[in-house]
Amino acid sequence: MLKTRLGKDLLRNKWLYVMILPVVIYYVLFHYVPLYGTIIAFKQFVPAKGILGSDWVGLKHFEDFFSSIYFFRVIKNTVLLSFFNLLLGFPAPIILALLLNELKSPIFRRITQTITYMPHFITLVVVAGIIRYFTLSDGLLNDVIAFFGGERISFLQQPESFRPIYIISEIWQQIGWGTIIYLAAITGIDQQQYEAAKMDGANKLQQIRHVTLPGILPTIMIMLILSLGNIMNVGFEKIILLYSASIYETADVISTYVYRKGILEFSYSYSAAVGLLNSVINFTILLLANSFSKRASKNSLW
Amino acid sequence: MIKPSLGERIFDFFNVVVMVLMIILTLYPMLYILFSSLSEGNKLISFNGILLWPQGFSLEGYKAVLSNPTILSGFKNTLFILVVGLGFNMTLTSLGAYFLSREGVMLQKPIMFFIVFTMFFQGGLVPFFLIVKSYGLLDSLWSLILPTAVSTFNLIIMRTYFMAIPKELEESAFLDGAGHFTILFRIFIPLSMPVVAVLILYYGVGHWNSWFNAMIFLRDQQLFPIQLVVRNIILENDNASMLGTTTLIQSRDVAETLKYAAIIVTTAPILLLYPFLQKYFVKGVMVGALKG
Repeated sequence: MLKTRLGKDLLRNKWLYVMILPVVIYYVLFHYVPLYGTIIAFKQFVPAKGILGSDWVGLKHFEDFFSSIYFFRVIKNTVLLSFFNLLLGFPAPIILALLLNELKSPIFRRITQTITYMPHFITLVVVAGIIRYFTLSDGLLNDVIAFFGGERISFLQQPESFRPIYIISEIWQQIGWGTIIYLAAITGIDQQQYEAAKMDGANKLQQIRHVTLPGILPTIMIMLILSLGNIMNVGFEKIILLYSASIYETADVISTYVYRKGILEFSYSYSAAVGLLNSVINFTILLLANSFSKRASKNSLW
Repeated sequence: MIKPSLGERIFDFFNVVVMVLMIILTLYPMLYILFSSLSEGNKLISFNGILLWPQGFSLEGYKAVLSNPTILSGFKNTLFILVVGLGFNMTLTSLGAYFLSREGVMLQKPIMFFIVFTMFFQGGLVPFFLIVKSYGLLDSLWSLILPTAVSTFNLIIMRTYFMAIPKELEESAFLDGAGHFTILFRIFIPLSMPVVAVLILYYGVGHWNSWFNAMIFLRDQQLFPIQLVVRNIILENDNASMLGTTTLIQSRDVAETLKYAAIIVTTAPILLLYPFLQKYFVKGVMVGALKG
């Protein structure tokens, strides 16, 4: 056996293979065994019988999900929340990076950066707490509304205010951090291009449009593919911290539904099926976005 | 030097105005929590409007937090997770990064694919939960350490860094009789301190801030990490039970400031540290993104 090429390689590099072994074991135990565990989506999982011993039921759980009243609601909420988050949240750091780059004073720029990065380090538990205190009916937001003679509203109990709350808080937390990569890309742009643009009489906005933006386009594309690949995974920890039965109508997304059904209500197989469907959709979008970007702009993940 | 045109000066002016606004919008929610935590409970409850300074001044909230047994055990558990978790994190990540950065190893490409694939396709929450449960990790702090022992993203950051180390260093060490473990721990790691710092920070902040796995894997309150304790205080108004013997009215006042104080006590360490560590964090984002 050790005569084969692989055998020789294993022998020659045996210490290297010893080093990678614990890492491979980790990935098998905590990533691949759960991946294999998704077969319970096609079974009627009974804890006593285990994953292997439970009976096959084919596509029953998928059919149940497709015909359930929640199907349309959670798909719609996931897509809408992701879509608005991408539409408003994706360009925000790019705009901030462009503006930061134009600041004349390096000290002021550093201060602004340091402060806008900060919320990224706050745990979602605390962010959710802040959101809650601000939107209470006797909270700050309502105090301001009442001051101007408006009606007090319990925002977190109102289905129609969930999406704005989610997206605004998301931008608040991530905008500064998101600028890092774009600022790095801007630093890489050849200064001569700006000189040339100025010679041609380009003003600030024209320089941004014709030099800076094209300069960071490859970075923008890669970041866009990555966000698209995550589109069905809208921040479910934050939603779980914020939502309540009164706003499931707009706040319940696929992953929170999976959590409720699976972890809280013990419908293991059913919610594994829903989760699997989510992963497949996600992966497909990533593949599509990547191949589209490869063709359109030569930027791709692989 | 050409004098800036009028248009340019208007642009600069508005840019500064926008940035000052950004700073205020970012800082105010955090200052609001700080002011609330330092206020007197009864004054805070009756206060309406934009809080620009603590209402009265009291450290009762902090006293309650720092003498609260659940919060103290939360800190203890988080500290354990941090120390032991970081040990696993750094050991496994260095070993993996070293293997994946070597040249001429046959199984390297398949193993790289095997690892990176997990970034894009996951089994989902329920199988993950059931598997961790079947390993007998439920109601054990190991359920917060072992399943997150390696982050693929961080592994790739470290691999990228290792790949940039000159090959000659490794070759001459080999000639001197060093094995792979010696090369990794005596040469590569000391040469990679910036990236080691980045990863310790990433993993550390991750452990410090995490709560969800604890919520699904732990039942025993004694084991709750700090963020899960804080979550229960601020989201479930579970604070009356935490205050013990004080009278009802007193406890309502203290409860009001306790939740803010709990937020400050668990968030301040990171927010105070991070400006000093900022350049490392930023470096990590860049190494990770350029060759992801």
